[in-house]
Amino acid sequence: MDLDFDKPIKDIENKIAELKTLNLKSKVNFASEIKVLEKRCQEQIRSIYSNLTPWQVVQIARHPKRPVLQDYISLIFNSFIELHGDRIYADDQALIGGLATLDKHRVMLIGHNKGKNTKENIERNFGMAKPEGYRKALRLMKMAEKFRIPVLMFIDTQGAYPGMEAEKRGQAEAIAHNLTDMAQLEVPLIALVTGEGGSGGAIGIGAGDVILMLSFSIYSVISPEGCASILWRNAKFAPEAAEALKLTAPSLLKMGILNEIVEEPIGGAHRNHEETARNIKMSLIRHLDTLNQIPLKKLLKQRFEMYARMGKP
Amino acid sequence: MAWLKKTDVKSKIPGNLKLNIWTRCPACQAHIYKQEWEKNLKVCPKCNYHGGITCTERLDLLIDPGSFEELYPDITPRDTLNFKDEKGSYENKIKETISKTGLNEAVITGYGKINNRKVALAIMDFRFLGGSLGSGTGEKIFQTAMAAVEHHLPYIIVSASGGARMQEGMLSLMQMAKTCTGIAQLKKKNLPYLSVLTDPTSGGVSASYAMMGDVNIAEPGALIAFAGRRVIEQTIRQKLPDNFQTAEYLLEQGFIDIIVNRKNMKDLIGKILDFNQRK
Repeated sequence: MDLDFDKPIKDIENKIAELKTLNLKSKVNFASEIKVLEKRCQEQIRSIYSNLTPWQVVQIARHPKRPVLQDYISLIFNSFIELHGDRIYADDQALIGGLATLDKHRVMLIGHNKGKNTKENIERNFGMAKPEGYRKALRLMKMAEKFRIPVLMFIDTQGAYPGMEAEKRGQAEAIAHNLTDMAQLEVPLIALVTGEGGSGGAIGIGAGDVILMLSFSIYSVISPEGCASILWRNAKFAPEAAEALKLTAPSLLKMGILNEIVEEPIGGAHRNHEETARNIKMSLIRHLDTLNQIPLKKLLKQRFEMYARMGKP
Repeated sequence: MAWLKKTDVKSKIPGNLKLNIWTRCPACQAHIYKQEWEKNLKVCPKCNYHGGITCTERLDLLIDPGSFEELYPDITPRDTLNFKDEKGSYENKIKETISKTGLNEAVITGYGKINNRKVALAIMDFRFLGGSLGSGTGEKIFQTAMAAVEHHLPYIIVSASGGARMQEGMLSLMQMAKTCTGIAQLKKKNLPYLSVLTDPTSGGVSASYAMMGDVNIAEPGALIAFAGRRVIEQTIRQKLPDNFQTAEYLLEQGFIDIIVNRKNMKDLIGKILDFNQRK
């Protein structure tokens, strides 16, 4: 998928590629032209990506080449032992978790598990978890509490799965239960929105001591399309809704929803997975170092006060 | 539009007979004498459909007369996002809703007595922006939970809500975590929390405090859901069972403890609270 606002960048990139093949085939040297174009390409990326509309950010947050949990697991963590199942009904591949090491830190890693292609996405239900996913997440959080290790939560979902079976097995109860128990969980909780933070499905693993967002991720109470179809009576007003909902990281930081933005490379995470992963890793280690120093009583008090302040008049 | 006028029977009724003395049950379509409908607490005498009631009507049904002490009556919604949609600004919508309903938020909170036992209460009102969970709503529900903790009281929340309040964006979604933080405090202090789910209780409200009662009580036929029926039908492309997402369905699936008729609600809550021997 090419983003329409990315076209000027793509055009230059294509030209560079063309010149590079010509360089190999012919005797003429295009090195200086290539250099000029590469510089222009960087400028173009910089200018486009520093003036994005909220709707364009939504497109980037949903970009199929954007890194997913599996990428982050291999790029950030030294090891990962996946743990399966909610012990009640099933193992949800849309929301996975397990024991992970991050340099010297041992953590419980939980996250929405979008796929990288159609086959993977079907297996993982496009990262839309069912009650069993949220219940597995809670089971792993409780285990983290028992093991005294912090919990990292990677959020990237359109939302909790809106299906008949999910309703039947108590999607609402599963999310509510997580929110209530997270409020008292006796280990540090760090939430990071990496792509789409879709409503209840996101916050179901999102009520952390620290809430972080990648710079081109989004976090919203409802999808722009859903909001537009209700308040504008037509989903095609999604760009207007995206604007009104203030769902980008800078807006949410200003509103006091987030603690911090984790910068993506210029041009978005989809252009450079490694750099994105490095930035996340640095941020996570810094927050783990800080949170691990806080005595439990104070940690719980801070968490309580953080949520008590949310939207306070 | 001449054909419209022809069928406009009402305009043919002489003015003095135009009294609105009948109402129609939205469920079974039965014509009911309005006085009877009111006397029956807006419950259809034919099919037991439980119609929507206001928070003050609910209060009268649940607590001892004259026992209500309101808390945080001045909290109102605020348009932090400066939200505008096709029909105008959220700010104007707030003003209209306040003047139309006479309420300041989608919930009233306070203390009251049930059979002479003091409790903390939050009662939602669907007329106020669909009972949606905004920052003011969340703040009142949270603060009342804290008041219950401080005064060692049981907490009763009566929900009636379409879910989170879109016009407040993420501040609204965060109210789910905030209200559950309050509920977690009650749990920690072993204080009873009874959740009453009325028609409708859905979205962000069902996925936070409404589902977390020690006892979840519902009114007959109430719609209780996470996702909307239409969204689900679009997702799975098949028809859903008729009783899907009703109180009865949720009881069958194990998410509701008990369904009770409106007129017996106070009595039931009183009886349940009597069982709490923890002092």
